[in-house]
Amino acid sequence: MRIDELIAELQEKLAELKRLTRDSGLDASPQIAELAEEVARLSLGRGAWEQVQLARHPSRPTTMDYLGLMMDDFYELHGDRLGSDDGAIVAGLAKFAGRTVVVVGHQKGKNLVENRIRRSGMAGPGGYRKAARIMGLGERYGFPIIALIDTPGAYPGVKAEEHNIGGAIADSIYTMLRLRTPIVAVVIGEGGSGGALGIGVGDRLLMMENAYYSVISPEGCAAILWGDRSRAREAAAALRLTAHDLLDLGVIDEVVQEPTGGAHTDPQEAARSLGEALRRHMDELRGMVPGELPGLRRSKFRGMGICEGAVPVMHEQGGE
Amino acid sequence: MKISWFRRQQYVQVKLEQKGEVGALWVKCAGCGDLVFRERIRENHGICPRCGAYFFLTAQERISLLVDESSFQDVSKPIVTADPLGFVDRRSYVGRLKEAQEKTGLRNETVIGRARLGGCPVILAVTDFRFIGGSMGSVMGEQLDHGMGMAARELRPFILVTSTGGARMQEGIFSLMQMVKTAAARRDLERLGVPFVSVMTYPTTGGVLASIASLGDITIAEKGALIGFAGRRVIEQTTGERLPPEFQTAEFAFEHGMVDRVVERKKLREELIHILEFLPVRQSQ
Repeated sequence: MRIDELIAELQEKLAELKRLTRDSGLDASPQIAELAEEVARLSLGRGAWEQVQLARHPSRPTTMDYLGLMMDDFYELHGDRLGSDDGAIVAGLAKFAGRTVVVVGHQKGKNLVENRIRRSGMAGPGGYRKAARIMGLGERYGFPIIALIDTPGAYPGVKAEEHNIGGAIADSIYTMLRLRTPIVAVVIGEGGSGGALGIGVGDRLLMMENAYYSVISPEGCAAILWGDRSRAREAAAALRLTAHDLLDLGVIDEVVQEPTGGAHTDPQEAARSLGEALRRHMDELRGMVPGELPGLRRSKFRGMGICEGAVPVMHEQGGE
Repeated sequence: MKISWFRRQQYVQVKLEQKGEVGALWVKCAGCGDLVFRERIRENHGICPRCGAYFFLTAQERISLLVDESSFQDVSKPIVTADPLGFVDRRSYVGRLKEAQEKTGLRNETVIGRARLGGCPVILAVTDFRFIGGSMGSVMGEQLDHGMGMAARELRPFILVTSTGGARMQEGIFSLMQMVKTAAARRDLERLGVPFVSVMTYPTTGGVLASIASLGDITIAEKGALIGFAGRRVIEQTTGERLPPEFQTAEFAFEHGMVDRVVERKKLREELIHILEFLPVRQSQ
């Protein structure tokens, strides 16, 4: 537990430095960076289960919360045009930093009534088809796409299977690999497996500090590999699913700092932090030739994976 | 052999590696309960000669079922997983891998080869369920990427036959990313007009269904296949729904428009040859 206390202490110092910077205008950014790095290093592989709990915190900001705080305007669009409108995914046009962008994101409900529509952010096939449709709309006008990921996983239900949830996720992934417009994806809470990945293919992938991203829920993994769901804590650690783990593994591009104690303690600050990171990445991507983005995106993902005895292959880039 | 439309096809695992052991000559069929001479099953492409139940096919058996005689040239990459997370549950991932390698005689779960079907040159990719459930980790992703790359370069149709439980959990986020990797490689086939036929066999589930297996130009389910994204238990526990008996069978997938056709194992080869006749393929090497 000593390491946890140390981290807490450092985080407190970090918060204080930030307050100081904000209030006094003194530039302490080198010290802040150094401290943040230290915290990140110490946090590696530690408290994965606690991280999962934070990511699932009932008052953690949702996609709509972030949109309300970060966007100048948001105009929600509805429906997959194939027979459904899935409330577990919201999508639409937004004004961000003065420009039109397309936003898609999982939406969790805050209570049981809301979750009748939101299904705790577990999207069905209609959700992924809606997302793919509206991202396609964004591409037609060259609007950048922001995808906010927050789901325990795709909805496991009979109807979802009947309407080909697997195929819907595959198609959405494939669509995102093709779009000729910048895509920044952010795991803001739970990054649950294929359900997360279904809107998670971007030129940049960011994670909020207390988010997790995993191929399977710790409970599911524990049930299968340990034969015991209650071993989820061990599974969480073994899966290396925290934001710092994924940065360390080279899968994500940046960990977005949250306020001390987690995003739910200060949603404004969390949204400001996320907004700043989004603006930075979108500025970078705006400088690139749109026609080159899909090729670069595909090359990036084709390079993922670690094998022994493999000769790395360079893939041709560019083109659609 | 007429099997009722919605009957769930029984699959039985045959332990093909028990050479010379007592009892190794006979297997009990889970379909009809009879003891069947194993060689008879092998000759019959893994189908019980009595009741028609399908046994699992090894990658090697699957390949010989499909390709023209002596046309298969293994071009798989000589790679094994690097255990990127150092994963240990009740056992270590490395231990599980070693056991799978010994059991199957395979280095990994994916076999890629140049082959001919009815004279048509193709790239064939097959996964072997005996090897950690034929699950997709970095190696399968790399092999499929490699196979599709080769198909694109050589303008040979790509045929993928899946038998897989989905993502390889022991590789964590890397296994999830293989879904994107394989979809990205698939794009090259589309750009070059190279056909891709996906053949789903027992089982094709989870992350593989939600990526490459669902991205074929033409999708065939082998009769008796299990095709689904979420596992039955997960669905029952999460939603409390009662699952219909035909749930996630090949016929269920067909009824709901997920696959173009359901084909019996014995007819799979001629079906693929027939499909290739419609597609832009080169007739000779």
